[in-house]
Amino acid sequence: MAKVTFNENLCKGCGLCVTACPKKIVALKDDLNAKGYHPATVVSPDDCIGCAFCATMCPDCVITVEK
Amino acid sequence: MTVFQKPKALTNNVLHYCPGCTHGIIHRLVAEVIDELGVQGRTIGVASVGCSVFSYNYFNVDMVQAAHGRAPAVATGVKRSDANNIVFTYQGDGDLAAIGTAETVHAAARGENITVIFVNNAIYGMTGGQMAPTTLPGQITQTSPYGRDVNTVGYPVKVCEMLSQVDGATYLERVAVNNVKNIKKAKEAIKKAFQNQIDGKGFSLVEVLSTCPTNWGKSPVDALGWLEENMIPYYPLGVYKDKTKEEK
Amino acid sequence: MSEKVLMKGNEAMAEAAIMAGCKHYFGYPITPQTEVAAYMSKRLPKVDGGVFLQAESEVAAINMVIGVASTGKRVMTSSSSPGVSLKSEGLSYLAGCDLPALVINVQRGGPGLGGIQPSQSDYFQATRGGGHGDYHMLVLAPDSVQEMVNLTFKGFDLAEKYRMPAMILADGTMGQMMEPVSLDMGEVTKYEKNWALTGTKCEREPNIVNSLYIDPAELEKINFERYERYKMVEENEVMYEEYLMDDAEICIVAFGVAARVSKNAIDEARKKGIKVGMIRPITLWPFPKDVLNKAADKVKAFVSVELSMGQMIEDVKLSIECKKPVLLCNRVGGMITTTDDVLKSIEEAAKIGGEN
Repeated sequence: MAKVTFNENLCKGCGLCVTACPKKIVALKDDLNAKGYHPATVVSPDDCIGCAFCATMCPDCVITVEK
Repeated sequence: MTVFQKPKALTNNVLHYCPGCTHGIIHRLVAEVIDELGVQGRTIGVASVGCSVFSYNYFNVDMVQAAHGRAPAVATGVKRSDANNIVFTYQGDGDLAAIGTAETVHAAARGENITVIFVNNAIYGMTGGQMAPTTLPGQITQTSPYGRDVNTVGYPVKVCEMLSQVDGATYLERVAVNNVKNIKKAKEAIKKAFQNQIDGKGFSLVEVLSTCPTNWGKSPVDALGWLEENMIPYYPLGVYKDKTKEEK
Repeated sequence: MSEKVLMKGNEAMAEAAIMAGCKHYFGYPITPQTEVAAYMSKRLPKVDGGVFLQAESEVAAINMVIGVASTGKRVMTSSSSPGVSLKSEGLSYLAGCDLPALVINVQRGGPGLGGIQPSQSDYFQATRGGGHGDYHMLVLAPDSVQEMVNLTFKGFDLAEKYRMPAMILADGTMGQMMEPVSLDMGEVTKYEKNWALTGTKCEREPNIVNSLYIDPAELEKINFERYERYKMVEENEVMYEEYLMDDAEICIVAFGVAARVSKNAIDEARKKGIKVGMIRPITLWPFPKDVLNKAADKVKAFVSVELSMGQMIEDVKLSIECKKPVLLCNRVGGMITTTDDVLKSIEEAAKIGGEN
């Protein structure tokens, strides 16, 4: 069972992880984080396969992936 | 089991880079390589001038600042002080390919046993988007508002191609960080560039094609596309020199 | 006293640096100091851990110096006037990063490419820093080959003690001159260098050698702190020589080769009954302000003898707060003041002021 965690307050809402996810389960939130960005999050965690593509694309080390 | 987390060779400081700037990815790759090779305790980094000027706040190793373009000379001093030091420079294209051309070429010519991480985003980022030595023909920047006119300002400098003619250079590869596949290749190249130094094989440079969404005037995602469509055709990816293979 | 050997000034400074524990030299050929590099290229490969490297430029050489200095080891470079201009960027960074290093300037005539004959016209450049920003270097001005040796040794020591670059300000005559010297300099003082880049060994927080502070309040604080250190240098490290000053009515101020010539002129003038002496600054920064100021209460005039269009004379006037007239006796462009030149200035000075 894969688990992906976003440290949302580090996120700058660039969306690179959104394009990288092969399962299309990463999206930007409507609400804002402490920095004033729309942070990325996983919308359906159960579908995560733990490929870490999102984390690989992330420029800000926001994402931790466990398997 | 954790399969992906921030490497130990990065500090907890929040990167100052703009949203979607791929400097952050390249920082992480360098740090991952330092972790994996187990050299964090003896690595000394040389920061340059440009957007990556604060890299000394991010790499969790001893760091020294270098003046504009002088990083390979400073790195030469650090390495010559103690050959056990693992010394890398982290430089942008304005720093390395314009004001620091001489230091780059001669560090390569001497076969200086250092690792150079060269981030090419075809623009001066820190100062607000001026024409770089690597700005593409026709590319609009703050100081080439009508597009880079090769008849008046000449052509971009292709660093890997140029250095491939320098006998002293050991390993030169151009990579990109525009998608997951290329990022993995970029990491392999960076790892090889550090491993070469550990093995005493001499000058290694990895040119990483990177984005500058802010100064390119594009969204982070569109910037990745622009890199792929415009930069990669002009700056083809691949190994430009690998003496370690020739030796085999 | 140890045995003396006959050495050329440039080579003596190089050997003294090695004796002081400097194992790293980076340079670029330029007349009239190239013997320093040539000597180092012969000697350093024979020294355990010694590195001689001929850089691609003066700019690269000073930055290689920065690299070694950041690791806490003794390092030096040498050049002559046009080359030192190129190094000025690096000198500013050394000062801004609080790094010790020794830089030798064997001056030649300028400006521009100038000539290759001796000069002292880099006085302003040396004593005011030369590069951008608020900073000083220790500036040491030898007047003999022995003093070149002593000050090389001293320069490394002071640079480490105060974490700042030191410069030996010599000239073409001094560099090329041969004299017997003793190289017995005694023990090298070791200073704590917990700031040095030695690799964290994963046992401590990283050290960062840097001169960039985006927060203006922080940069101001760093500058104020640095100038507190400079104040200590000014209080503790001023060096000068007094020559026949006890009864002097005229005070010559001269350094380096100009001081040697001046000594001869003083002896000649004394034979004619003119009471003249000399204060010879050995440190040009810190400048011996106090001793000059005190002298101004006794003498009736000063003569600044220098191989420039009048640079040190400004420091003389500042030091004595313009209490007495200061004459300039100078030659430039590679010409050296003769004993007669200086004697004429002494006689002129003797005429002014009348009774005192």
